[in-house]
Amino acid sequence: MTKAKATAIPTPFEGGADPDAFRLLDAVGALVEGAVTPLSGDQLLEGFRWMLFSRTLDERAVSLQRQGRIGTYSAVYGQEASVVGVSLALDPARDWIFPQYRETPALLRHGMPLSTLLLYYIGNPVGGRVPDGVLLAPIQISLAAQLPHAVGMALGLKMQGRDGVVVTFVGDGASSEGDFHESLNLAGVVQAPVVFVLQNNGYAISTPRSKQSAATSFAARAEGYGMPGVRVDGNDLLAVYEVAREAVERARTGGGPTLIESQTYRLFPHNTADDATRYVPAEELEARHLEDPIPRLRNYLTAIGVLDDTLEEQMRVAIVEEIAAGVAAAEAHPPPTPGQVFDYAYADFSPRILRQREEIIGNVPKGDA
Amino acid sequence: MAVLTMVEAIRQALEQEMERDERVMILGEDVGRLGGVFRATDGLQARFGPARVFDTPLAEAVIAGASVGLAMSGMVPVAEMQFLGFSHQAFHQIADQIARYRFRSQGRYPMQITIRSPFGGGVRTPEMHSDALEAQFVQCPGLKIVMPASAYDAKGLLLAAIRDPDPVLFCEPLRGYRLVKDEVPEGDYTVPFGTARVVREGTDVTLVAWSAAVQLCERAAELAAEENISCRILDLRTLVPLDVEALAHCAEVTGRVVVVHEAPYTGGFGAEVIATIQEEAFYALEAPIARVTAPDTPYPIAGVEEFYIPNEERVLAAVRRTVGTTA
Repeated sequence: MTKAKATAIPTPFEGGADPDAFRLLDAVGALVEGAVTPLSGDQLLEGFRWMLFSRTLDERAVSLQRQGRIGTYSAVYGQEASVVGVSLALDPARDWIFPQYRETPALLRHGMPLSTLLLYYIGNPVGGRVPDGVLLAPIQISLAAQLPHAVGMALGLKMQGRDGVVVTFVGDGASSEGDFHESLNLAGVVQAPVVFVLQNNGYAISTPRSKQSAATSFAARAEGYGMPGVRVDGNDLLAVYEVAREAVERARTGGGPTLIESQTYRLFPHNTADDATRYVPAEELEARHLEDPIPRLRNYLTAIGVLDDTLEEQMRVAIVEEIAAGVAAAEAHPPPTPGQVFDYAYADFSPRILRQREEIIGNVPKGDA
Repeated sequence: MAVLTMVEAIRQALEQEMERDERVMILGEDVGRLGGVFRATDGLQARFGPARVFDTPLAEAVIAGASVGLAMSGMVPVAEMQFLGFSHQAFHQIADQIARYRFRSQGRYPMQITIRSPFGGGVRTPEMHSDALEAQFVQCPGLKIVMPASAYDAKGLLLAAIRDPDPVLFCEPLRGYRLVKDEVPEGDYTVPFGTARVVREGTDVTLVAWSAAVQLCERAAELAAEENISCRILDLRTLVPLDVEALAHCAEVTGRVVVVHEAPYTGGFGAEVIATIQEEAFYALEAPIARVTAPDTPYPIAGVEEFYIPNEERVLAAVRRTVGTTA
């Protein structure tokens, strides 16, 4: 008896955008037939700059992690258009973001200081503090747990007659969590002013999209929640901006929630602790690199004459300086103290906890004193 | 002063606080139109409208989780878990999100949220409703755990909970909703957390309890009195924060202690009570501290519930054993 051999089914590449997903730029960065850019020249440059910033920061952060200067880091690498396109559709003065952990440029554009974000990755608790007035929830580590929060905020804004909109990011993997279902269901029922941006980047660590859901698309789930679902080429900044703008506008004018499936690809491993060569075929990665959103936008901007090598180089120099200043500020911050194990755990501390605090502060490990 | 049942006292607290503070809102399953399955929110939707007394879809995680965003938006949510036995569906949102949001955000986002939930056995509910899960929530730093035993305390502790800047799990003994009746002032008052209440003075042994187990201890104390054993009863009122001084004082006053709770034996909060007393007042003890609890078995179906929940006979036996040790 021979054991039945698993049939070798040819697997198509994971991730990337469906041919019929909404797009305005083709693969090489030319406007598709009949398309009009929804962004002004200044907005396009702002978007490109944030994408470049994100990529440069990723490279720097990975280097810092390898040197042991920050902890585990999740790069945005490859998803810049998907994140920045949504961000450009938001008004930081009134719209909220409830992030996951792979949306760095959106957080920075919304007002999170780079040095604070880096302190978070360094492991200092103060990195968790979003400055007053910045309409941003803390980075979320438990997948999809931020979605109920986003719906609650949207409900609160609606109850109070405020015109803000809530945008929350979630991944293809996290959309399998129960919180995803409960949140979209409630948002549909109460017509909450919230936009769910599902970044389908092809992988949940190693689990490919094809093993995450049998649904024809993630956007198709929207129908079950009574809201519009949109599939967009997540590597096309213009298209992502346009669907996000439309969804934000709908939410702001009382039209309720939207589910956007931004179809993109994670060009870097899940995080700095991951080894994607164990599960991503080399030829797939190579093919997806050809769809990198940055060259695609660069081609378009160059073709329409708003960007040239000189301007991009100026941008790059300024970005490198800005990142260096952020790293320097974060590293100049005083190291954490044992008392921070307790800070903000409660508004007021019981004598029992105060005693625990004394005991910890009085017995710090030698070398840390 | 009016005598109210516990559920009436809770309802009164909710109504008065919604009247006083327009940020306060209620959300949960069946809390609006029906007024709650135990009528704790009866009439409130008619009075305050469907937005402030909000009937949610049947989804515990998003009831708890939406409360986070509502609190961030400036509302003061009072969420209801229809039964504590179903709160595991929301456990992540309560334990990992609500409880540690102030901490994670370094004070930017305090969670002024109260989660009310009936729990405990004795009314022959269907399976899975009645579990006493309080000790599980005690292991969720950032959360306060409140367990009233009287109607007076239910109102005063609930008002304190809603006004507390930290999140509070407010557990209501469902068999006490209508059985427990006592005098409740019409006006505004709060009962501070972390202050245990001496329910009955006594000299031989202190019975430490909370929630519905307090009434059980009162009945057991009556039986013990017939045997000339004088029982003191301490109602902890809140498990977090814990009134450590009151626990130490028990050992000093009576030298003997019995802890009674409805949750299973191993790892139950009774173990914490005992550990605390031995830390604080070991040399005042005259006998090992006993515990009377549910067994380490799953909460059973209704027909055997009466054998599962601690009863007067078991408490009395523990009292006799404890007092008899050196008597």
